[in-house]
Amino acid sequence: MELSHQLLQYLLSGLSTGAIYALIGIGFSIIYNATGIINFAQGEFVMLGGMMTLFLLEALHLPLWAAVPLAVCIVTLVGLGFERLAIRPLRNASPISLVIITIGGAILIRGLAMLIWDKDTHAIPPFSGDEPIMLAGATLLPQHLWILGITVVLISLNKWFFNHTISGKAMRACSYNPRAAGLVGVDVRRMVLLSFMISAAMGSLAGIIVAPLTMTAYDVGIMLGLKGFCAAIIGGMSSGLSTVIGGLILGVLESMGAGLISSGYKDAIAFIILLLILFIRPQGLFGKPESERV
Amino acid sequence: MLELKGITQIFGGVTALKDVSFSVNQGEITGVIGPNGAGKTTLFNIATGIYSQTSGQVIFEGRDISGLPAERLARLGMVRTFQNIELFGKMTVLENVMVGLHSRSSSGLFACSFKMPWAVREEQRIRDEAHQWLQFVGIDDLAQLEANNLPFGRGRLLEIARAMACNPRMILMDEPAAGLNSQETLGLAELIRRIRDRGITVVLVEHDMELVMDICDRIVVLNLGQKLTEGTPREIQDNPEVIAAYLGDDD
Repeated sequence: MELSHQLLQYLLSGLSTGAIYALIGIGFSIIYNATGIINFAQGEFVMLGGMMTLFLLEALHLPLWAAVPLAVCIVTLVGLGFERLAIRPLRNASPISLVIITIGGAILIRGLAMLIWDKDTHAIPPFSGDEPIMLAGATLLPQHLWILGITVVLISLNKWFFNHTISGKAMRACSYNPRAAGLVGVDVRRMVLLSFMISAAMGSLAGIIVAPLTMTAYDVGIMLGLKGFCAAIIGGMSSGLSTVIGGLILGVLESMGAGLISSGYKDAIAFIILLLILFIRPQGLFGKPESERV
Repeated sequence: MLELKGITQIFGGVTALKDVSFSVNQGEITGVIGPNGAGKTTLFNIATGIYSQTSGQVIFEGRDISGLPAERLARLGMVRTFQNIELFGKMTVLENVMVGLHSRSSSGLFACSFKMPWAVREEQRIRDEAHQWLQFVGIDDLAQLEANNLPFGRGRLLEIARAMACNPRMILMDEPAAGLNSQETLGLAELIRRIRDRGITVVLVEHDMELVMDICDRIVVLNLGQKLTEGTPREIQDNPEVIAAYLGDDD
């Protein structure tokens, strides 16, 4: 295979993995912007998406078109429950305590998943066959197209919600100034709850669409969660385009690194980028440094 | 309309307010004045639920509202503005006001997310109404600007527009003239009168005596945490106790 074909191949598979990271990263950002905490249970929502779909497909013999939305709904409810049970009772706790609670929550969810299902790795069937598509010397699976398509739709919906609906604006208002938002009648607690539900829904869908390619197991949430977190950091915890670009950059670099150097370095690349960004540009690749006006 | 009954506030060992009672009449502009440290802001923060008082009651339209969170008060029809204006910095001027209309939007969160055509129509209605409030305070030409980039005086007007968008029956302003130049203060006085003329009760804490004497229907004077007196601007101006509190006693 020629080098240019190889590069194209790495680019395409990097973009589709990157799209997954972007979706997970946006989940991190939405919760961060609403509450100021990093929800380390985000990866578990991703895992639950995949495992729940698998369960609905195999145990209940639902067709794929029914299993996917149902799984997303169930995980959204898990997100709701998580906020109600783990976050809301401790509203006055410091952000660091809440972050630790999300880590505890993540371990609990992972443990329960292991008990309910098993420790094995499972595959979800691809959405529309696995006949490869040839594109300028590179091969693409139909699932790659599903991933890219669903990501574009989700991100557009997300953008539309935050910019063009009054609830989306109210959520943004909460993130800029919760006190002022309360003063004009926005129920900040409801917005926090909503942020967990949106993040859980997006995370679970990410976990579902990637599962036919990378398989799923009770512990896939750890790595996917960290990669999503990394995408969000590159994007400066924005719930918009910066995090999407952050995810895509991460996905492509990872795939190039794995292909050109060694696949053993795949995960290391993500964490080196994460550390570099945190050291050099903690405000994100595209962010301006925070400045407070009085 | 708003009644404060025997408000006492003790911070640690310091008595910030001692048995302060007064009431605010509907449709009037009431000013709360007093020298520095008189307890004006503390009183304000108690009335708007930011502090909870050590003892006493805050009655709004016959209902004890002590300790209710700000968003509940806003829904009951009572909003406030801050001395250091609190805006949603990275949103446009128009969006700031639209958020103020949020609590009144009829479609709930989920309706908003799912019933698209209807939600879009409602958004248009909210957008139009937000423009009306910007016109009301006179900054509609800045609607698309990011709120962070507003000059201070305009930021205050935006905060008032956003508060008005909540459809309040009472608006409390904490030093609305602070940081404004004399031209802007004149505009503010006129704006506050127009707010009252819409039947909205206004309460303000203010240092600018000229403004207070000019626009207030009634004035409450606080000194050293206690109510010194209350009355019309004329009565206050002629009251020797008030003059003594501000200028110090002769003896």
